[in-house]
Amino acid sequence: MHPSAPGSTSPAHRDAFEGVDESDLVRLLTPDGERVDHPDASWSGTDADLLALYRDLVLTRRIDTEGYALQRHGELGLWPPCLGQEAVQVGTARALRPQDMAFPTYRDHGVAWVRGVPPEKLLGVYRGTDLGGWDPADHGFALPAIIIGAQCLHAAGYAMGVLMDEAVGHGADGDGAGDARDTAVAVYLGDGATSQGDTLEAMSWAAAFGLPLVFVIENNHYAISTATSRQTTVPLVQRATGFGIPGVRVDGNDVLACQAVMEQALQRARDGHGPTVIEAVTYRLGAHTTSDDPSRYRDAAESEYWEQRDPVARVRALLDATGGFATELAALDAEADALGERLRAACGGLVTPDLAGMFERVHVETPPELLEQRDAVVAWQALDTQALETGEVVR
Amino acid sequence: MTALGRMSIAAALNAGLRKALESDRHVVLMGEDIGRLGGVFRVTDGLQKDFGPARVVDTPLAESAIMGSAVGLAMRGFRPVVEIQFDGFVYPAYDQLVNQVARLHFRSSGAVRMPIVVRIPYGGGIGAVEHHSESPEAQFVMQPGLKVLAPATPHDAYWMVQQAVASDDPVVLMEPKRRYWETGEVGDEPHPLWSSQVRRSGGDATLVTYGPMLTTCLAAAEAAAEEGREVEVVDLRTLSPLDLDPVVASVRRTGRVVVVHEAQRTLGLGAELAARITEQCFFHLEAPVGRVTGYDLPYPPSRLEEQFLPDVDRILDAVDATFAPESDDRPGEVA
Repeated sequence: MHPSAPGSTSPAHRDAFEGVDESDLVRLLTPDGERVDHPDASWSGTDADLLALYRDLVLTRRIDTEGYALQRHGELGLWPPCLGQEAVQVGTARALRPQDMAFPTYRDHGVAWVRGVPPEKLLGVYRGTDLGGWDPADHGFALPAIIIGAQCLHAAGYAMGVLMDEAVGHGADGDGAGDARDTAVAVYLGDGATSQGDTLEAMSWAAAFGLPLVFVIENNHYAISTATSRQTTVPLVQRATGFGIPGVRVDGNDVLACQAVMEQALQRARDGHGPTVIEAVTYRLGAHTTSDDPSRYRDAAESEYWEQRDPVARVRALLDATGGFATELAALDAEADALGERLRAACGGLVTPDLAGMFERVHVETPPELLEQRDAVVAWQALDTQALETGEVVR
Repeated sequence: MTALGRMSIAAALNAGLRKALESDRHVVLMGEDIGRLGGVFRVTDGLQKDFGPARVVDTPLAESAIMGSAVGLAMRGFRPVVEIQFDGFVYPAYDQLVNQVARLHFRSSGAVRMPIVVRIPYGGGIGAVEHHSESPEAQFVMQPGLKVLAPATPHDAYWMVQQAVASDDPVVLMEPKRRYWETGEVGDEPHPLWSSQVRRSGGDATLVTYGPMLTTCLAAAEAAAEEGREVEVVDLRTLSPLDLDPVVASVRRTGRVVVVHEAQRTLGLGAELAARITEQCFFHLEAPVGRVTGYDLPYPPSRLEEQFLPDVDRILDAVDATFAPESDDRPGEVA
């Protein structure tokens, strides 16, 4: 084949895995759990803050492993695991304030957790008993986008609204009210989404209007089976440059670095200085979803490389090296077990809604002809019930 | 060509695509995850291995780009076969499909041909999450410039995908994803391309359907036969253009007809079919044309889909209703 043929750099024909270039990553915690300095970022939390982050990481992982197991036991139709991506989700989400809004993908269980969405609600989406089930305004957390990249434009529009409400740039007023008023918007997307028109249009929009919007690209190296090399030949953070948006590339498995760069980016947005693109370099340790078989398209050596860079283990290593947290860590183990038990119990209790109830969800004002269809469903259901009671087929 | 024997619809599509790739070097496949993975439904399994990554192209994740670049490839003399991974993902590509693919032949007074095949796994019944169970076929049917095929059997899947590739017009190939693994014989000869087929004969009433609902309608006809009623089942196979000759002939004999599809009721195929059947069979009809369809809801959470999708009971109820057209109390017949 001619080397310029369009498929010549297909993942199917890529070279053997040789690791990832980490030279330009912002990193504050090494894979071995060692704190390191970086000239452009710092994390100055307390031990309690560190423990709190670790708790979020551990509980996110527990939600994820329970979701996976529940699918395997037939309780869920599908589960898209976030295994390996907990640090970018938890670290960036912990930088958000209550008034901020996050626009997630379907894999952002850690962001959902930090934003206070009951994980049972996520189970409902994947059990097929609901399509969302929470009000985004209650949690500063929109309904996850399944159409890839669509959420980027929603985030851009929301951020326009923030500007129209003049809800940025009050931090310097000195009365402290700015902290409660200034608002930033975060949109989460994957590496695959960077090829979608919606995503690039949102970046164009964000730059042109100077929107208070942070793009968090969770580069987990795969869009289902397609390696990131099919979406880009340069680091994804460079997407930002062409739009005139500042970009930062961070170790997505380092929760401290993720929180630090996100706080900077959000502050920039709140101060009215416009958007930022964060590329968080991470790895999808699990399958795309429970329907996927990664062994068809990636090597075991690659997964093993990333298992050595586990985002949860490195914080645990830091806590162990620091010492003195035995009580808290034991309590966390128990809390995680209790959460797992709670989710397993709750899952079975997620009941199938009544089809008749769906008709009044379509519009704010339900048209009469839709109510006629609902009434037909109710009548049909009554025939079914009658048939069950009498044991006769009623038609 | 010798008979291929018994195989699934997915395997038949794979075999048909293989034949198409072998027949013409200008045939190229493009889509998300169709290469090394073989597609999320494995319909393209092994094709990249055998035909190379330049002819079975794993694309970036961008449906509009998949559709729009197919236009340029076609202008360059290629015959792109693009896969839209799931029905709901066609909408990002919809602009290119309706504003460009469908119109270039017309706009260029016939100078530009768009021999593009758009493969779309569609329909519900697989317990999927949102945007993975849609039935948008009517939206393509109502778009001048597109042709739409809906194979329902392995035989048709094998032959129609090849016929679609051979067509110089753009063809949307609606693949019944919930039936991908149902098996049947693939015979030596294709049916005529733009034709409907009677799948079961009967003189009492007519069911008109296509795609994933064919299996359901045949089951309904079987159940009706046990109750002494012979129901004819017509598989449309082609949705645009429509071939209604077998439908009209059947309805003129039976006087009773019910259209069945998964897609929502309002302006679904059933609406056009009811209009045309009424125009051509008015004086033979014993009852209004019945419709059994999805309800006018966004596709519901998957735990509700068995109630949302037409089933044997709802179809039989609608057939019954054609025998009692004077009754206004026909709960199951509405949608």
